[in-house]
Amino acid sequence: MSTKPAMVSVRNLTRRFDVSKPWLNRVVERLPKSILTAVSDVSFDIPAKETYALVGESGSGKSTIGKMMVGLLTPTDGSVTIGGVDLSRETSAKAMDAARERIQMVFQDPYASLNPRWRVRNIITEPVAARGGDTTGLAERLLEQVGLSAEDADKYPHEFSGGQRQRLCIARALSSNPRFIVCDEPTSALDVSVQAQVLNLMSDLKTDLGLTFLFISHDLTVVRHMADRIGVLYLGRLVEEAAPDALFTTPRHPYTKMLLEAAPKLDGFGRETEPPTGEIPDPINPPKGCAYHPRCPLAQDRCRSERPVLRSVGESRSACHFAEKLVAD
Amino acid sequence: MTDTPVLSVRNLVVEIQTRHAVLRPVDNVSFDIARGEILGVVGESGAGKSMTGNAVIGLLDRPAQIVSGEVYLNGRRIDTLSPSDMRKIRGTGIGMVFQDPLTSLNPLLTVGEQLIETMREHLPISQSEARERAVKALEEVGIPGARERIDSYPHAFSGGMRQRVVIALALCAEPSLVIADEPTTALDVSVQAQIITLLRRLCRDRGTAVMLVTHDMGVIAETADKVAVMYAGRTAELGPVREVLTRPRHPYTEGLMGSAPLASLGQTRLRQIPGNMPRLGALPQGCAFHPRCNRAQTACRRDLGPTLAADEGRAACWFPVGATETAKDIA
Repeated sequence: MSTKPAMVSVRNLTRRFDVSKPWLNRVVERLPKSILTAVSDVSFDIPAKETYALVGESGSGKSTIGKMMVGLLTPTDGSVTIGGVDLSRETSAKAMDAARERIQMVFQDPYASLNPRWRVRNIITEPVAARGGDTTGLAERLLEQVGLSAEDADKYPHEFSGGQRQRLCIARALSSNPRFIVCDEPTSALDVSVQAQVLNLMSDLKTDLGLTFLFISHDLTVVRHMADRIGVLYLGRLVEEAAPDALFTTPRHPYTKMLLEAAPKLDGFGRETEPPTGEIPDPINPPKGCAYHPRCPLAQDRCRSERPVLRSVGESRSACHFAEKLVAD
Repeated sequence: MTDTPVLSVRNLVVEIQTRHAVLRPVDNVSFDIARGEILGVVGESGAGKSMTGNAVIGLLDRPAQIVSGEVYLNGRRIDTLSPSDMRKIRGTGIGMVFQDPLTSLNPLLTVGEQLIETMREHLPISQSEARERAVKALEEVGIPGARERIDSYPHAFSGGMRQRVVIALALCAEPSLVIADEPTTALDVSVQAQIITLLRRLCRDRGTAVMLVTHDMGVIAETADKVAVMYAGRTAELGPVREVLTRPRHPYTEGLMGSAPLASLGQTRLRQIPGNMPRLGALPQGCAFHPRCNRAQTACRRDLGPTLAADEGRAACWFPVGATETAKDIA
């Protein structure tokens, strides 16, 4: 882990969802309650002015973590501490409100996250207006900051393209002058050429305003470009955490290795590799031991019975019994 | 190759008549796909990739329609066929794999029923024979326990498994061409790798020609033999995949390759193409790419880029990258 003081710190974060059938069905069909563990025992720190990225496939719990970090979901267990305020335990309303003002979120779908009946000016200044702040000239300033023009303030969202809408979402997130922004797949709905524009904008803002980011994505190449540190999630658990270059050159978990090999390469002409086997298991009944063992080429008896803990391996952290061996191979 | 290509598209134009104007989502597109060949069609949203695929298989919804150009399947012209004749071509002649595996299967029929129905519609076989072939088809696409799962409904399958069923469905009547429209976009990377490998293997074994529509350059690089880059309804660049991707000639292809995060490894900023793709209703005069192009000159603002034929020329650009001297003569 980094030695710099942490701006955001997540400890043993866990979230379970009750996905049982309705009570009557359970009684009639004699079914047990079923609990889905979306996030299980996740801990990490984000130092100030750094970007931490969470990657994983669908169902790995990355968006659930993002929602818990901004307070849209309450953790079942564990804590999220941002700027010294524990979001789930803080009792002082004043301290809570101050902390929340400094946290913002950018969502994946810029078509669904902007109210189509509001003018851009009102959308962007809402985080400030809702707290009774002064919004004179704010929309114009923010629009120019994200590369749009001040005249756009009186338009409606449908007049903008996907990339421009995502800029509007970023402008809205910036309006309350936040320190920490959670971006949940901010460019997945965008085309590559537009994605590059939005990613560049985010890097610029990070440098100019000294922002701290949690960047959630399924795209490893985007993450490698944006992040200072990357956490890889599998079935709700952090399986590896490393700096981008270390993660890409010496992955210390077989799942990371598989993800890297499966990603299509721009220079992989006619590349024929053995595709990965299996799929993400059912999170209601996860496999015993290491959740990855049914798909893992290195799995041994120990993996089937004993769940590996996340431990330091060199500069990285890995949750694999054979992390050292993996690098040697 | 001197054989007749499986699919030949010549100067295809698709128009949409709206109240205000006539839009051209596909404008003068030509290409060939030979037996066993995979043509990748890339471009951003709204470039006309899916519209081209739908035009080939005859699934254009009104008011979109083919206004000129020709489509040949194994040498036979198919764009002028009646709807009932076209229906026979779908399945035996052309199979289709759509983006969303959930919406392309009927949720009220078991997977087996859908496969058997498709096969019996197109091939003269009995019910039991069809069932046997359906099991084999499911085994071929890598569905474990195919004999038991054939009677399951689509909801019982995961996304990746569903897409395998859709591929089995597209291939079961042994078409000579498969159009795969963003077949892996809704899937995770590890599943995407499985599906791509499967599609490539099946087509190689059977000699099926594939038109692979996608926005993912990485998928194209690994899968396709030839690539057509589309921009605002026109083919911007057409050629062998390795050449187009490593030595792009059209500035748009160059920009597209450059904006991939992998291409700017170790740099703080990604290379970007300024601006957005123009809307079909507001195409600029001349080459549609010129407002975003750093090489644009007077000719580009005045004249449409050169139209690409199926087999000659690579980039629809007056001043292609890396060939400035020769291009000046044309201008």
